[in-house]
Amino acid sequence: MSLRLENVSVTAGGRTIIHDVSLALEPGTMNVLLGATLAGKTTLMRLMAGLDKPTSGRVLIDGKDVTGVPVRRRSVAMVFQQFMNYPWLSVYENIASPLRVARLNTAEIDRRVRRAAQLLGLEPLLDRLPQQISGGQQQRTAIARAIVKGADLVLLDEPLANLDYKLREELREELPRIFAETGAILVYATAEPLEALLLGGSTATLSQGRIVQAGPTLAVYHRPSDIESARVFSDPPLNESDIVKEDDVIRFGAAQALPAAGALAAIPPGPYRLAFRADIATLGAPWPASLSLAGRIALAEISGSESFVHVETAIGTFVCVERGVSTRQPGQPTSLHVDAARVFVFDRDGRPVAAGSGG
Amino acid sequence: MTRTGVLPRIGLAIYLLALMLPIYWLVNMSLRSNEDIMSGLSLWPHHPSLGRYFFIFNDSTWVHAFGVSLTYVAINTVISVTVALPAAYAFNRYRFVGDKHLFFWLLTNLMAPASVYAMPFFNLYYAIGLFDTVWAVALAHCLFNIPVAVWILEGFVSGVPREIDETAAIDGYSFPRFFIRIFLPLIANGIGVTAFFCFMFSWVEQLLATTLTATNALPFAAVMTRSYSAAGMDWSLLAAAGVLTMIPGAVVIWFVRHHIAKGFALGRV
Repeated sequence: MSLRLENVSVTAGGRTIIHDVSLALEPGTMNVLLGATLAGKTTLMRLMAGLDKPTSGRVLIDGKDVTGVPVRRRSVAMVFQQFMNYPWLSVYENIASPLRVARLNTAEIDRRVRRAAQLLGLEPLLDRLPQQISGGQQQRTAIARAIVKGADLVLLDEPLANLDYKLREELREELPRIFAETGAILVYATAEPLEALLLGGSTATLSQGRIVQAGPTLAVYHRPSDIESARVFSDPPLNESDIVKEDDVIRFGAAQALPAAGALAAIPPGPYRLAFRADIATLGAPWPASLSLAGRIALAEISGSESFVHVETAIGTFVCVERGVSTRQPGQPTSLHVDAARVFVFDRDGRPVAAGSGG
Repeated sequence: MTRTGVLPRIGLAIYLLALMLPIYWLVNMSLRSNEDIMSGLSLWPHHPSLGRYFFIFNDSTWVHAFGVSLTYVAINTVISVTVALPAAYAFNRYRFVGDKHLFFWLLTNLMAPASVYAMPFFNLYYAIGLFDTVWAVALAHCLFNIPVAVWILEGFVSGVPREIDETAAIDGYSFPRFFIRIFLPLIANGIGVTAFFCFMFSWVEQLLATTLTATNALPFAAVMTRSYSAAGMDWSLLAAAGVLTMIPGAVVIWFVRHHIAKGFALGRV
């Protein structure tokens, strides 16, 4: 089964939530919808599932228009971010629910339920009721229900957001494998760029109800077609600054000028927006082609085994990543080196001019 | 945080005593003879007798009336809950033109006293031959019970997340199957509470019940009011009938007590 959205828009209460989205999804693929909260990921998934109808545009399955076809008559499984289970049914019956509706025989139901339970580590909990297990276990029950159904289209709406760290890592690897076997279209919504990178497949970046860019995940990551796409696909947030190229220098306002190195050397003179991700900026040794800015430490955030160090310079505050737990103190003078070979340069409309590889 | 003071306990005991006193007095009276009752204050029956109860059980008018009352109350409760369930679901889950106004308008039915409706009902039912049947009373009580039932149930429906409906739809449940197999169990407490309120209202309501019936479908309470006109007041008999009137209510409360406890905590009661 292939799924296509054609010029789909959704308007609710006078506000446009989805703007003219077109997207094609092929069977057996992993598709990540990447966007911040309220970017429209959930709305888009509800359209794909058939839970909602688009205000305009068409939804096609295998070329057939299914825009008005209700969800019960589609081959869809969906896991909501706020997990849903039937409270008075045991975990076993919750997982078996779609199979019971489809009237499969008991032996087949039992086989599928136990296999899914095994994949998700729910075996010891099958007799419990949802309120007797933890939130993460409830979410796994909901995922198991989506697995057993064997649907052609599987929609996972930030399914791992409520799980603990270790399980998240495991499932992130397991889920694409589980569904790849079934040949289903897997759509996975997430707000975390790292998750999109780990899942691979294709990624569509979403911002304010629009698809900014769609393509293979790594291509979208390395070659953003728009500054907004780079913003969506950066965590910590993308570092940005307005620059003016003049001959062989770039000026950051009146305050600072640096030699135009790396990707900046080849662009024609004029105003641009420079952007770079935190991982190509360092406080250590300069890069071969480096933009070096003097500044002082503003803040060191610890995120897992990395630290996000905010550096205040004459032209704004930038974030860089350091391995390990940073012991840098706010106020310390330092210099920030940005790899000029890998920076992004966008024109005033946000279109890429010189594409570094982005990190 | 348990309070173990003596004073609160005494206060509570006095309160409960005051609450139980009329009921006790009714039971007390029902076990005494009329002469005994009229002769003076007596805190407990000196010669207790179940005679008046046997009299009621052996009198076909009383037994028939008791059956009639239970029948129309049961019919009314079933109709009210059955009609109110889909209505409450629709009011909560769908937007339609005038939904809020309609919801409020339902409640305005409760603003007029029952006596306002007695005459039109009488006239209507007489014309179509429903007068003096259990259906007459059962349907008339719907006028009050359905709005209350819709209102209470809507509160419970709103407590069930919409995603449950959607999860069931994705699992492939048809709507009727979803409603009966998935949704009703989720609001079982609400249904219990609603049925209780419908039952109670219909059971104690007298005006419509007596106006819309004559002999065939005379409710229990109407027989009670009739029994003192014959030969003075039969205090003891009235008291016994009063005790019997309370029994179905007590039984219903006993059965739905867990639902009510949860229902009061969760919903709109």
